[in-house]
Amino acid sequence: MKLILFIPLLPAAGAALNGLIGVRWFGRRVSGFVACAVMALACGLSIGAFASLLALPPEARVHDIVLGHWIPAIPLETATGIVMFSASWTARIDPLAAIMLLVVTGVGFLIHVYATAYMKDEPRSGYARFFCYLNLFCFFMLVLVLAGNFLVMFVGWEGVGLCSYLLIGFWHEKHSAANAGKKAFLVNRIGDWGFLLGIFLVFFTFGTLDFREVALTVGTMSPETTGFGVLSAICILLFVGATGKSAQIPLHVWLPDAMEGPTPVSALIHAATMVTAGVYMVARSSALFVHAPLVMEIVAIVGALTALMAATIALVQTDIKRVLAYSTVSQLGYMFVAAGMGAFSAAVFHLVTHAFFKALLFLGTGAVIHAMAGEQDMLRMGGLRKHMPVTFVTMMLGALAMAGIPPLSGFFSKDEILYHAFLGNRILWGITTATTLLTAFYMFRLMSLTFYGKYRGPVYSAIASPAAAAQAAAHGVDHPHDARAHGEAHRPLHEVTHGGADADVPPDGSRRARGPQEGPAAITVALMALAVGVIVAGFMGVPQAIGGTNAIERFLAPSFGLGAFPVGGAGVGLSRGGSIALMLFSILVSAAGILTARHFYTRNPEVPRRLAARWPAAHTLLQNKYYLDELYLATIVRGTMAAARGSFSFDRRVVDAAVNAFGWGTQIAAWFSHMFDKHVVDGIVNLAGGTAGRGSFLVRRLQTGLIQNYALIIVLGLFAFLTVFLFAR
Amino acid sequence: MTPITPYHYLVLSAALFAIGVLGVMVRRNIIILLMSIELMLNAVNINLAAFSYQLHNAAGQVFAIFVIAVAAAEAAVGLGIILGFYRNKETLNIDDMNIMRW
Repeated sequence: MKLILFIPLLPAAGAALNGLIGVRWFGRRVSGFVACAVMALACGLSIGAFASLLALPPEARVHDIVLGHWIPAIPLETATGIVMFSASWTARIDPLAAIMLLVVTGVGFLIHVYATAYMKDEPRSGYARFFCYLNLFCFFMLVLVLAGNFLVMFVGWEGVGLCSYLLIGFWHEKHSAANAGKKAFLVNRIGDWGFLLGIFLVFFTFGTLDFREVALTVGTMSPETTGFGVLSAICILLFVGATGKSAQIPLHVWLPDAMEGPTPVSALIHAATMVTAGVYMVARSSALFVHAPLVMEIVAIVGALTALMAATIALVQTDIKRVLAYSTVSQLGYMFVAAGMGAFSAAVFHLVTHAFFKALLFLGTGAVIHAMAGEQDMLRMGGLRKHMPVTFVTMMLGALAMAGIPPLSGFFSKDEILYHAFLGNRILWGITTATTLLTAFYMFRLMSLTFYGKYRGPVYSAIASPAAAAQAAAHGVDHPHDARAHGEAHRPLHEVTHGGADADVPPDGSRRARGPQEGPAAITVALMALAVGVIVAGFMGVPQAIGGTNAIERFLAPSFGLGAFPVGGAGVGLSRGGSIALMLFSILVSAAGILTARHFYTRNPEVPRRLAARWPAAHTLLQNKYYLDELYLATIVRGTMAAARGSFSFDRRVVDAAVNAFGWGTQIAAWFSHMFDKHVVDGIVNLAGGTAGRGSFLVRRLQTGLIQNYALIIVLGLFAFLTVFLFAR
Repeated sequence: MTPITPYHYLVLSAALFAIGVLGVMVRRNIIILLMSIELMLNAVNINLAAFSYQLHNAAGQVFAIFVIAVAAAEAAVGLGIILGFYRNKETLNIDDMNIMRW
């Protein structure tokens, strides 16, 4: 248990090594190895921590380690009087943290391995920089997960935001990537503002920031069932933070743009781990949330609306990564529905399974994008099933899991959420079930467009015709994405120093001649490992209705037990038959979605076109993501710009004018002072000097320089003296 | 023939000294100036010797010898200066020796 400190510290060490030394001196192999090794070690330690936690009785499954004191005691005013405020670096492992540790380090490790192959075309220093950021991200994420109080969690929270910014804008020479990074950072800032205010209010109300102490205190309070009190205010503020990080309405706009980052980043940060931080934070603060039923309802509604909205947008997107981005937003919405229903363990369960299948889908997508030399438009893919069997099979597993087909992991977690939604609120259940249909539909739209049908990508025939070669070359030049990375790969220096490392990947021309291909071993192994996770992860939460034990819920129960009380519905479950009927219904819905998608995109590709033509308004609305970006541009961005321009002109007209007026005043005063100095003070000095000078002009005539004149004067003086001496006595 | 008294010596010495002073003041050649200075020094020497004889005190003669030695040194230094001056100006006219003024 003492070793859990090393779980975050190892990636930090890796980041320091790669960032401080690696950028200058490490080769690709060393950089990649260091990054993967620290993650592997952290993963091993996480498994060890998990195992030793399992060995304890459920009540004792919590362990604190205080690394050191951070803020010494400061007297601060709170609602209950002056309280000494202090904060320490507390790491706390409990079932919730242990599950998250496994996800972050496990999925993180696989993605690191994958990235060693995916980022091969990066120049050497960029490669080390990439792994430095990736490790740094894992460090902050683990700090967030292990935090024992709100303040340490906030450190991790901000840190992952920073790393997200760095990694989205990793290809910062590309304007859109730099902008996407900026957008993510700014939108997250709004959420962070809410989170920070929430933390302040927590301290003001409870006089402590420690999760357990807060939960114990709040357990003695009665829930705010009727009014909107201080607990509701805290929860609303915390939820604002969660919407920022977890991309819920209205702060979801950054996540689709974040796909500008390299694909492993999208997989690790913008699908599997960081975006779940909001869910994790809500789950951590579950004791607070259950005391604010009003906010719980808001959480569930926001989650459901986000799930539905993102799923509808995903229906019409053609960029493969954007489809996945919107599906991530949608799945996060599910988690918030669960959290809002009080089913925190269902939310965390879905978080875990989602981490597996979404990471898998993203990594598979990355492999596809690599095989297509940077192409991300699904309309220019197709038929890749034959070319990339491993990617196809693993991604199919991921898609089935996400669509909710048993016995894959997504089915169990999604069904758990639907079950709780059904118990809690039938309207939300309806929305989430509709979203299930849409999810299954767009996932199989993606699969159909990418892997089935005819190949629609660039020509790759091996015939040595000049025309084909020319076309291939032209395409190699102007493929829109990852263009920089590929350009870098062909720099002569890079070829000389790292020719050996690239030997297993044929140069662009020959890859084109052979068509899209499976990636190197690091990619396929990572895919297969995640696929195993996708298959297995669900079995920790098999519901009791079909003979399972719902192990994860019982495991997580101690984390949510403190200060909690039975939420409506948790006690009065459905009958076994009802549960099974609900389950069958959701399977049916998923299957319907899948079959419709197959029908639309594999069998009759003209159907979607006809539908789009029939309802052009709806199609355009969806394609433009409900014009939310445009709305924000028109209101917030323009408003900010107008305010900035206003304050600029205020600055220039009023502040600058005042400053200039002072300047002029000083100048005029200085002129007067100058004149006084020049004519009065200097006048006196010059008068003295001039008088002496003019006087000396008269006297110096005596100094002729002629010896005889002096001699004459001496003699005359002698005579005068003698005359006086002799005669005047 | 009248005996030679201190009075005669004093007249001779005064005459020599006056000639020296006049020489220093009116002549333009620096070498003549130097010679006139020698005249003045020797006028003093005559005085010293005369009074030494008169008062039976050898100190005056000793002092005279000192004056001769100093005069020799002065002549050497003075001639050196004149030589340097001549090299620079190619003249010995004292009126051209006027750069040491304001």
